[in-house]
Amino acid sequence: MTSPADKPGAAAEALRGRPRRRRLGSGMRRGVPLPLLVPALLGLAFLIVPLIALIVRTPWHSLPEQLASPEVWQALQLSLLCATAATAVSLVLGVPLAWLLARTDFPGRGLVRALVTLPLVLPPVVGGVALLMALGRNGIVGKWLDAWFGVTLPFTTAGVVVAEAFVAMPFLVISVEGTLRAADPRYEEAATTLGASRFTAFRRVTLPLIAPGIAAGAVLAWARALGEFGATITFAGNFPGRTQTMPLAVYLALQSDPEAAIALSLVLLTVSIAVLAALRDRWMTAS
Amino acid sequence: MITRSARRTRRTLRASAAGVVALLALSACSSSDDASPAKSDSSASASASDKVSGTVTVFAAASLKESFTELGQEFEAAHPGTKVTFNFGGSDSLAASITGGAPADVFAAASPKTMQIVTDAGDAEGTPATFVRNQLEIATLPGNPDGISSLKDLTKSGLKVVLCDKEVPCGAAAQKALDASKLKLTPVSYEQDVKSALTKVELKEADAAVVYKTDVKAAGDKVEGVDFPESAGAVNDYPITLLKDAPNAEAAKAFIALVQSAEGQKVLTEAGFLNP
Amino acid sequence: MSHLRKTTNDPTDDGDRTQGLDAHLVVDHGTFRLDVTLTAAPGDVVALLGPNGAGKTTALRALAGLVPLTTGHLRLDGTALDRTPPESRPVGVVFQDYLLFPHLTALDNVAFGPRCHGASKAEARTQAAAWLDRMGLADHAGAKPRRLSGGQAQRVALARALATRPRLLLLDEPLAALDARTRLEVRSQLRRHLAEFEAVAILVTHDPLDAMVLADRLVVIEDGHIVQEGTPADIARRPRTAYIAQLVGLNLYRGQADGHTVRLDAGPAITTTEDLSGPVFVAFPPSAVTLHRDRPTGSSARNLWHCEVSGLETHGDQIRADLTGELPLAADLTAVAAAELNLRPGAPIWATVKAAQTHAYPA
Repeated sequence: MTSPADKPGAAAEALRGRPRRRRLGSGMRRGVPLPLLVPALLGLAFLIVPLIALIVRTPWHSLPEQLASPEVWQALQLSLLCATAATAVSLVLGVPLAWLLARTDFPGRGLVRALVTLPLVLPPVVGGVALLMALGRNGIVGKWLDAWFGVTLPFTTAGVVVAEAFVAMPFLVISVEGTLRAADPRYEEAATTLGASRFTAFRRVTLPLIAPGIAAGAVLAWARALGEFGATITFAGNFPGRTQTMPLAVYLALQSDPEAAIALSLVLLTVSIAVLAALRDRWMTAS
Repeated sequence: MITRSARRTRRTLRASAAGVVALLALSACSSSDDASPAKSDSSASASASDKVSGTVTVFAAASLKESFTELGQEFEAAHPGTKVTFNFGGSDSLAASITGGAPADVFAAASPKTMQIVTDAGDAEGTPATFVRNQLEIATLPGNPDGISSLKDLTKSGLKVVLCDKEVPCGAAAQKALDASKLKLTPVSYEQDVKSALTKVELKEADAAVVYKTDVKAAGDKVEGVDFPESAGAVNDYPITLLKDAPNAEAAKAFIALVQSAEGQKVLTEAGFLNP
Repeated sequence: MSHLRKTTNDPTDDGDRTQGLDAHLVVDHGTFRLDVTLTAAPGDVVALLGPNGAGKTTALRALAGLVPLTTGHLRLDGTALDRTPPESRPVGVVFQDYLLFPHLTALDNVAFGPRCHGASKAEARTQAAAWLDRMGLADHAGAKPRRLSGGQAQRVALARALATRPRLLLLDEPLAALDARTRLEVRSQLRRHLAEFEAVAILVTHDPLDAMVLADRLVVIEDGHIVQEGTPADIARRPRTAYIAQLVGLNLYRGQADGHTVRLDAGPAITTTEDLSGPVFVAFPPSAVTLHRDRPTGSSARNLWHCEVSGLETHGDQIRADLTGELPLAADLTAVAAAELNLRPGAPIWATVKAAQTHAYPA
């Protein structure tokens, strides 16, 4: 008899206590623990101070002159075009690859995943040399591209896209694979029981579900492609208007005119920040 | 400049292990013919060699890698207890590190222009001396399948030629030669340094490149070199200097002396450099 | 209903056997092996009942084609489906947590199946709207799944599965995700929809009440095998395993009958009213047990055992006492009685059961 009487009382107490605890909890959240705060701020400073230094050292007086140069705009245009094309290539090839890695089981999958991430650890210049050996005029695949289709990639704008995609695609694949693993595969099953083929299930169910992850991966890949230097200059060379992207222009300017290099870097930085911020508002927060 | 007999004498001396003092004295003598600023050190070198010890840090242009590495080993053999550490790289970035405070004893640049960055910053001790010169050469595919025999041949249509970018010394030199012969050459790429330009030919992605003689030599039979007369008008001087804040100035002086000695010059000419 | 259908189909007896579901499902999964035979006529609602890990869901997934059969066969309306991929099977599934596509509205969720079966967008939406209307969800057609209540989501999931006009409807724990109050309401709605459904419906549940309310026939699975099947009433009255006995709330023992006496395999004898011989089960409800502090002298009960209280828990407005000793059993008594008997774990107690309240049946 006493126990049923106790229970509502306890429940009422718990009810009364809960808001109090909640208030306390939000208070705790406001006070960030020092062992997290200090490294966090140091990390932030570490990332931001070099950028600030770049801005501080910018030769503002000569900036208009630098920006008036058609070569700068040519390089910037080429950079944006190639990075976007490389992202598109990465999406078309990388998303299915990520699906394969996340949703199927085949012997040697672990090895394949390691191989996919290899371009992440490979020095980009080595990546460029490897691309030359594969897709160059004399490369093991490029040889046939040349013989059959008359296509040679090195020293062309398409070559820039190939080099950038090679370096940027792993970012997309890893990002999308992670999202796919986190996504419930049973949605695909539900779709197949409704009569959808595995591809239809992927297209109409999985793809919309992982769209935020794909967007994040695409942004990462785009950013990586935009800043790509080593693989690009090694594979596609450096010719203004055709293969000279901003990072190449920056590097070469650095050889003789550091001020010009800083100005160019600033342009690249501003454009990337503008694009990333716009994308973030559009895609990332919408999800 | 180095007489046959002198060379033979030196070889004999080395063969009989006559010692460092004699070797350096001889080197100093043979180089004394040159109008070398290091001349003033020559009289001191014999006595200095006794005190030479510790680590010498040499910042040198990438094109000097093979020959300087060899000279470094000779130096260490001649001066037991010393160690030569090298930092090979683009002359510009090396100059930037030195003016940025990198601890180095010797700087050997691939162009007077880059050396000037260091002298302008007041980081050089004394006046830099030109110790070798490098001449341009056309690198073609092995066997020269396109039959390139002159600079003008490079302007043939359908030929894929790579040049160094105008911002780097080999590109500036090539442009100078092209301008002098009033040739208009559109390459497929302006490479960021001479090794990249050469690599494109080595990998057969480009048909020809205008590079340094030393690079053609270092590439062995992977490329074939074609001399062109216009290269005489676009020769690159390589200056070397002792640095002001050198941690081991004595050993550094001895190393510079070795580079300028007959022995050093021999190693460098074998690599394709010209005597100054 | 199903019986009616069966009798009308009786003249074409062979044809009857080819209609509906005829399945022998064998699935090896590591050391676990599922091996069950299921048959059902159109209109039947069969419940697969069993503890967690018994293989109920595996059986369902095998029927849907999401898990391949190791061996066995699967025929639906006379067509072999063993090798048919899930998207080509005339099977609809209502998943445990519904798995409504979160990026689609309720309408588009339901229209998904018809679209995949070749209907035009407009056509599929018209069909979907009709299904939602039937489920009483016309007002929620434009809502995304996260804005639907549990009961609404359940009905959308059912509409989505039915919209492909399946010949086999599978429901995996259809009520498990709901709170108690919604459950009651949804259960009766689901019962109505299942009764209207003209093909075979199989539902998986671990809740005996859901099974008994919704299904015409129960199939009890334990450890990958069928341990008992029959009508809900039959199973509730004559459980054949400890698991079922516990589900339906009976004390169950196995023994050898000799007339009115059943000698239990382990422990004492029980006197029953049935006259049987050979292996039998004896069952009686916990409410049939009377507890005494001292050995009852004047009691007419023939079944008297000395026990010890091992545990007590509240069970509705009753107290359920778990006893060990001569005969392990569960007994229900009122809180007042429990207090008067001064029941506590470890206390000795005498238990009696009247023979008339026991039920013995052949094993």
